[in-house]
Amino acid sequence: MTEEVIKIEDLKGYYRGSFGIVHAVDGVSLSVNKGDIMGIAGESGCGKTTLAELITGRPIKLLQHEGGQVYVNDLSMYGVDEEVIRKEILCKVMGYVPQASQNSLNPVKKIRNFILDAMRERVGTKPKNKEKVLNQVAEHFKKLGLEKSVMDKYPHELSGGMKQRVVIGISTLWNPLILILDEPTSALDVTTQQLLIETFTHLKKIGIVETILFISHDIPVLAQICNTCVIMYAGRIVEKASMDDIINNPQHPYTKMLMCSIACFNPDGSAETKLEGIPGIPPDLKSPPKGCRFYPRCSSRLEKCKENYPPFFISRTESIPVACWLYEEVGD
Amino acid sequence: MKKEILKIQNLTKTYTSGLIRAKETIAVKNASFKLYSGEILSLVGESGSGKTTIANLILRFIQPTEGEIFYEGKEIHDIPTKDYYLNVQGIFQDPYSSFNYFYRIDHMLNQVFRYSLKGITNKRKALESALSIVGLNTDDILGRFPHQISGGQLQRVLIARALLFKPKLIIADEPTSMIDSSSRADILNLFKELKEGTTNTEGISIIFISHDIGQAQYISERVLIMKEGSIVEQGLTEEVFLNPDHPYTKNLLACCPSIYRKWELD
Repeated sequence: MTEEVIKIEDLKGYYRGSFGIVHAVDGVSLSVNKGDIMGIAGESGCGKTTLAELITGRPIKLLQHEGGQVYVNDLSMYGVDEEVIRKEILCKVMGYVPQASQNSLNPVKKIRNFILDAMRERVGTKPKNKEKVLNQVAEHFKKLGLEKSVMDKYPHELSGGMKQRVVIGISTLWNPLILILDEPTSALDVTTQQLLIETFTHLKKIGIVETILFISHDIPVLAQICNTCVIMYAGRIVEKASMDDIINNPQHPYTKMLMCSIACFNPDGSAETKLEGIPGIPPDLKSPPKGCRFYPRCSSRLEKCKENYPPFFISRTESIPVACWLYEEVGD
Repeated sequence: MKKEILKIQNLTKTYTSGLIRAKETIAVKNASFKLYSGEILSLVGESGSGKTTIANLILRFIQPTEGEIFYEGKEIHDIPTKDYYLNVQGIFQDPYSSFNYFYRIDHMLNQVFRYSLKGITNKRKALESALSIVGLNTDDILGRFPHQISGGQLQRVLIARALLFKPKLIIADEPTSMIDSSSRADILNLFKELKEGTTNTEGISIIFISHDIGQAQYISERVLIMKEGSIVEQGLTEEVFLNPDHPYTKNLLACCPSIYRKWELD
């Protein structure tokens, strides 16, 4: 029996400002089951980070929630007060590690003081027995592979991977069963990347987190950790499938072309196949096209793609939901 | 027999900081390698391994502490600046910050003509041919401002700028890391085409600097692996990536994420 921990229904989030309205996330539906490690992949500007911001229920200032719902453990994120989300859900039910959050560590504070600050913000009052609390934190950090001495260091004394571990440690202090990671490995070297990904699987194994949403543009990295994956394009999801299917058996024309454009290390020999880029550029989300958003760049487009946005069709052979008119008859 | 175009001998660069208790940081340590004409050589390493320092040394942005760099047999600091840059050009990581956003793109390309008119009689035609080599349409680019075109296009404009000089050697320092994966493949293919050359033009030698092992494997014939300023391994791409000798290379390759295999995570 699979249990849905996050359910997203027709979620829309637009940026409104003097520049106009940017339809960054435009009708995304998705459900994440307990125990999943789900990857969210796509080019830059396709709405991956915006989706994460919307799931956490506290969008940044310019971003506005325009419709749709997000349910976290059956609790509607847009039906309850912001204070409740802040106090009860973030960190406790759902941890969120935003992009480049390792840079958010205060440079003039030692890590221990930063943690106490973060705790006060969460709990409301300063912890009474500081040493006891910090010892518990140190225990927790040990599980992430951090020494106790890290607590008495300043951020500049730590390496990039350690800083990333510290912020992940802080966001998992209250054992949130859901963890959202936005590009956690993108600024790191490959060796550090691997250590960090090992940390995530370790966290899942010892039960600190159960479900992980892993946002990255780097499909080889996603391939190492995720079991399911969604591909986004221009604010919408185009394909939801298992990670193996995305790699070996992509269905949507965009996914197919994306997989052909990745220069990936092949340990068994040189990559003989010629890479092919995707011609054109993603649409301007200030005025997204009426029909399929991939229409201008698609090599197997149909007449009707121009006018109508495709719903999800299930490809019969693979039973994968694909938002593409090519699969219309197959689904019937 | 291929011609040797660049020879680097015992190159060392140390940065000194502080005055009284001076602290030395060794950025490049005793590096030696050769580059032959018409080949792509990749420099692979993690951050801080000295890849960019080598690029800056070859491009004469900084002076070596020890060692020599020979371009076609001459020490590069003995070659007049102008002559050197007519033959050796650089392409850098960040295409967005290379442009002045107050001027149209034409402005940057036209600056090339102030510097060199090597074999150029018709400027517009030269621009058109350079832009068409990199796969851009002149009408889409000329007359536009930098913010109106995408990062992939900006990077290609910068490659076209370098090509206007008709260089023999291009130093490409992480040219694809700020570009979307969908246009990244096109840039890599473009480098391969430039290396091959056409019937009218000679192939260009390229030093391709990257932290991405997959790209290095795709693009280059030979590869150098760098670690903390030293070259730990060099050789043909296939040999190095299939049968690495040095333990560091082995570790690096084992850590490299790939869609062809999965790590054994506990």
